[in-house]
Amino acid sequence: MLEIKNLQLDFRSSERSVRAVDGVSLSIGDGETVCLVGESGSGKSVTALSIGRLLPTPPAYYPTGEILLDGRDVLKASKRELRALRGRGVSYIFQEPGASLNPVFRVGAQIKESLKLHRPQAATDAEVVRLLKLVGIAAPETRARNYPHEMSGGMQQRVMIAMAIAAEPRLLVADEPTTALDVTIQAQILDLLVQLKRRLGMSLLLITHNLGIVGQIADRVAVMYAGQIVEIAPARQLLRRPLHPYTQALINSAPKLGATADRLANIPGSVPSPGAMPSGCRFHPRCTKARDDCSRNAPELIEVESGRQARCPYWNQ
Amino acid sequence: MNGASDQRLLEVRNLKVHFPVKEGSVKAVDDVSFQIQAGETLGLVGESGCGKTTLGRAIAKLVNPTDGSIWLNGEDIAAMSGAQLRARRRQLQMIFQDPYSSLDPRMTAAQSIGEALEIHRLGKNAEDRRRRIEELLQSVGLDAAHGARYPHEFSGGQRQRIGIARALAVEPKLIICDEPVSALDVSVQAQIINLLCDLQRQRGVAYLFVAHDLAVVEHISRRVMVMYLGKVVELGTANAVVQSPKHPYTQALVSAVPQIDETAERPRIVLAGEMPSPIHAPAGCPFHPRCPIAVDRCSVEVPALREITAGHWAACHLAT
Repeated sequence: MLEIKNLQLDFRSSERSVRAVDGVSLSIGDGETVCLVGESGSGKSVTALSIGRLLPTPPAYYPTGEILLDGRDVLKASKRELRALRGRGVSYIFQEPGASLNPVFRVGAQIKESLKLHRPQAATDAEVVRLLKLVGIAAPETRARNYPHEMSGGMQQRVMIAMAIAAEPRLLVADEPTTALDVTIQAQILDLLVQLKRRLGMSLLLITHNLGIVGQIADRVAVMYAGQIVEIAPARQLLRRPLHPYTQALINSAPKLGATADRLANIPGSVPSPGAMPSGCRFHPRCTKARDDCSRNAPELIEVESGRQARCPYWNQ
Repeated sequence: MNGASDQRLLEVRNLKVHFPVKEGSVKAVDDVSFQIQAGETLGLVGESGCGKTTLGRAIAKLVNPTDGSIWLNGEDIAAMSGAQLRARRRQLQMIFQDPYSSLDPRMTAAQSIGEALEIHRLGKNAEDRRRRIEELLQSVGLDAAHGARYPHEFSGGQRQRIGIARALAVEPKLIICDEPVSALDVSVQAQIINLLCDLQRQRGVAYLFVAHDLAVVEHISRRVMVMYLGKVVELGTANAVVQSPKHPYTQALVSAVPQIDETAERPRIVLAGEMPSPIHAPAGCPFHPRCPIAVDRCSVEVPALREITAGHWAACHLAT
């Protein structure tokens, strides 16, 4: 249902141009859950924002690439087509629900606003209550009359989810939806997303830096580093047997509950900034397995096993 | 028992921090007691609003305790203020979550660290202080030349290193680390955790490590304390608390941590509801409205923290 082909994204200002995403290809099937994983600055969020064309031009430009949502290229869509596509095609929820909700309107009115835009015939109080009930809010009639500040972070995120699914989207993009929430509330929200996805037949693109969440929720996972995808695989396989050195290092550096390791394996250095990418493989300055030619040759993302791709020529060594 | 006989560095007894509000008071920290030995790491976990940050700040005397005592090296600092307190502060430093907002943007790294030395009159002269600053920068894995840079010229991980160097400058016995790695990426987080462990080994400094990430806390701590709604609900060795939690809240907390290695299917306990507002704390056990095993007694009687097995404490009527 979604196919991103060779996407490049530049941020341009009068002084300079910086490539934030460089050649990303990713597909999501009907009803599938895909996780996009990476550290800050890897390009995962801007890739996801590009699907709904939520980055203004300027500064965002797309030199090459296609984003096909149900066969139509989002990058070529007119303003009018984009309005139709946002909401019913793709909806978003973000990390800070408090920052995404309007503080001066009651949450019920905000959900109704979303309905008016995307499903005007259903913009009724009854539908608002049904949506609030659907996202697990107790006493929905009363809660609809609350202002955002009268709700906890977990409840605000439920309201955001209600607004996003009000449009009955084909694809729900959740950008770090639980990062600002406590772990017991995180578990509730993840459960809710999985359950809604099944009930409403959506696809789900979840952006996270937490590999534990990947294991819990994803069918497939793509790992991004410095604007490129370095590995794509079915979630369980990737976590059990990561093939790219970056994925391996990322998994090793996360402390695990009940593990007895004395020291955490860390990745030396830090993520390169988009203006100053290393030559050759972008990970080579931090890679413990790097060889001489890694600083010269930029590796391609290649199919290494059925359903698995990795951007490292030495993946099996 | 002033703790003179053993390695007891910090002893907190019946500490309360209550904030007055219109409808009464918020019991942010309510009757908390524990100890930290010299050179030890005690982890403190709990969700937002449980009082863990307030507890850390009260021990550093950044907020004033309402009641109770804080014995640091045999002296009660709970009621101290002014010059008396300033002299004790050298033993106790703090590292914060967001190193960007805890460093002065108009001071270079060297100035930030040097300020700590000047306040406590450490170093014989300017030359001696300069040498100390360089050593400190190197000990946290930075270059001596980095001292001339301003906070905005550093990455988040590097800024946290400066925060650690500044805390170490006065050679404290105890550092209160308030969510020191939660704003950092996983790979950088591992670097900082390893650095904290190395520094402890080299200098024998003790940590009170406050965080919400149970896996991080388990990794770095010898013992772990769990808080809920201002009270300690469980205290034990890191291994015991994570592997065989006694309190139903800790059990839910452990089971909710998403794990990379899901080979062993763990029973997941998804708690209903959320932590109640501390203004309207429930009667009896603070956890009983969300507790899957609560009985009638739990809504009436506050459970005391009691030793369930040797060195493993839990505040639950039903824990065995």
